[in-house]
Amino acid sequence: MEILSATSITKRFANHTALRKVDIGVPEGSIYGLLGPNGAGKTTFIRIITQIIAPDEGEIFIEGHRLAPEHTHLIGYLPEERGLYKKMKVGEQALYLARLKGLEKYDALTRLRKWFERFDIQMWWNRKVEELSKGMQQKVQFMITVVHEPRLVIFDEPFSGFDPININIIKEEILRLRDNGSTIIFSTHNMASVEELCTHIALINKAEKILEGSVKEIKNQYKSNAWEIIYDDAKDQISTILKEGFELLSHTRDDNMHTATIRIPAKTSPNELLEGLLPYIRILGFNEILPSINDIFISKVSEDTQRINPQTA
Amino acid sequence: MKKIPIIIAREYLTRVRKRSFLVMTFLGPILMAAMIIIPVLIATMEGQPKKIGVLDETGLFAGKFTNEQNLTFVDITTDLAAAKKLLTDSGYYALLYIPRTSGTVPTNGYIYSMKQPSLIVTGTIRNVMKKEDEQLKLAASGVNEDILKSIKTTINLTSFKIDKSGKETKSFTEVSMIVGWAGGFLIYMFIFLYGTQVLRGVIEEKSNRIVEVIVSSVKPFQLMLGKIVGIALVGLTQFLLWVMLTAGIVFAFSAVYGGQMTGSGGREMLITEQNRLLPPNEAEQGGESAMASLNVAWEAVNSVNYPLVLGFFLFFFLGGYLLYAALFASVGAAVDNESDTQQFMLPITIPLILGLIMISYVINNPDSPAVFWLSIIPFTSPIIMMARIPFGVPYADMILSVILLIAGFLATTWMAGKIYRTGILMYGKKVNYKELWKWLRYKT
Repeated sequence: MEILSATSITKRFANHTALRKVDIGVPEGSIYGLLGPNGAGKTTFIRIITQIIAPDEGEIFIEGHRLAPEHTHLIGYLPEERGLYKKMKVGEQALYLARLKGLEKYDALTRLRKWFERFDIQMWWNRKVEELSKGMQQKVQFMITVVHEPRLVIFDEPFSGFDPININIIKEEILRLRDNGSTIIFSTHNMASVEELCTHIALINKAEKILEGSVKEIKNQYKSNAWEIIYDDAKDQISTILKEGFELLSHTRDDNMHTATIRIPAKTSPNELLEGLLPYIRILGFNEILPSINDIFISKVSEDTQRINPQTA
Repeated sequence: MKKIPIIIAREYLTRVRKRSFLVMTFLGPILMAAMIIIPVLIATMEGQPKKIGVLDETGLFAGKFTNEQNLTFVDITTDLAAAKKLLTDSGYYALLYIPRTSGTVPTNGYIYSMKQPSLIVTGTIRNVMKKEDEQLKLAASGVNEDILKSIKTTINLTSFKIDKSGKETKSFTEVSMIVGWAGGFLIYMFIFLYGTQVLRGVIEEKSNRIVEVIVSSVKPFQLMLGKIVGIALVGLTQFLLWVMLTAGIVFAFSAVYGGQMTGSGGREMLITEQNRLLPPNEAEQGGESAMASLNVAWEAVNSVNYPLVLGFFLFFFLGGYLLYAALFASVGAAVDNESDTQQFMLPITIPLILGLIMISYVINNPDSPAVFWLSIIPFTSPIIMMARIPFGVPYADMILSVILLIAGFLATTWMAGKIYRTGILMYGKKVNYKELWKWLRYKT
């Protein structure tokens, strides 16, 4: 079941096209990473699904209904460029923004009190925002984003501007949100966090979606059939005992420990590799090397850029 | 739609709770009341009584100088040198020396004093001497005093407004002028004051980047409308508080000083002030008919149709404010910070300032064609119509002006909404008029 599906979204601005026929489906309960180089159209897409701007073409459905203004309470949104009213008191401001999301005053108040307790910032309720440190303001913003318990939470570059400790807090909160049944979409350049959190990703480059799917599938699709073998000291060089078709990609040695990466021919079982090696070496470890999201990102984007502008190879 | 009231409440409350609002609200009426009260106070406290020695060698002015409130005239009969000595020794404020002249009427006087004599002193002396000299000259040419009195003529011009049904109402041009001027000026001030607040509010939201969070919850148009309405309520609150506080202070003052003022110079001063505005016959009757002249003053003040003026004031304040506030909001949305507003502010401020400048023309020529057009065109109509209303405006003009103003602010709000929607999410871009025009034509 997809909580959000966008079909053939096109958005043109005066001088350029920000999105061209983009289809995206976000499965319910997923943590969905929206990746792409700067200026690819990620923020435009996010602004379209948060109904800040309207697409020129295409449709968006949320929980099966065509996206409309009454759905704003289903969505929580933390923009990349975020700020608060500096002169307004923290509690009052949080209450205001929560009520704009459609919460009743009393309900909003109870929920906010709980959140202030969780983040241990009750004493900041009556302080002005400008008195808060930047990290503290970010926490308040995060809280405001999720206080109405949205079904779909959208973070645009959630980790920019946070220190490592706060990044961890936000990561934990994202996982907690997922565990509580929310779906999360976030755009980021931080590939480590994508590896760590995302179950699904979409890659957008130059206004077009060039890759989408679950992280597992994508990695399988882009794996290079390379395997890593760790073994003890051996009499023979590993290159000499490899059967034909198997290619030694790298070999390192640390005291008596050898690490080799070997590409096996397509449609060959890794067992064949092992069978060939077992008589000669003592194998300590064996695992498949999967491409990192970072590798896929870089190779897909440069491949796509070459497709669009072949001369800039 | 239930989100707009939440926005209005925030815009309103954050502003009325500001220290600057409280200061302005309480200081404003004190300043305004001071403008009314201080001249009266100054008049009642004219300072030390002054003793003036009169050394009149001609003997013509003996007893002609009558003691006034703070001026005491004492005849001196010594010679000039001794009189001058008196001045330094016996606490005289000034010495008036009228030397003997042979044959003609004495027209020269010399005032000796330690300090520069005040205008009141010199004025009083000059008036007495002049009056006496004129009498002497007329008497010398054989004119009887009775004839003299009968010659003095005053022209009474009492104006009446007649409406179609033939009903006559006494009109008081001066009062109309004052009310018209004040109304027009207040409208100008309120539009500027609160329009700028809208501008600042929009820039604040844009520059601290909260706007993107808000527009993911409400439509940009709702945010803009909420802000404009919230600030309008701040303006109305301030206006009502000003009216109430000013009235309160003036009433309190007149309750405390009222008794003191009657029968003393203060009241006389007030009456002469009023006489200037009144038909001269009443003014001529002087002190005895103070009550009568007060009645006329009352009549003059009441000649203004206050409910009408107030009603139109509120309408033109709101209408004019809404028209301009929308424009201010779109300027705020188009720029990144306040220093960039200059180029877009000019076309907004020009009609406003034109309106302000034209007020004095309007109150002198309330029926000229130029005034008609200025009071119809929505950009100047709030100010100009306010200035025109006390002089009586044909219903047709009024209805036209009202309809055009409503159409005007609907149009500017619609336009501003489009610019605002695009502008608030646009950063780091040098925006020009061509760009604004493009934003206007974007589809929703």
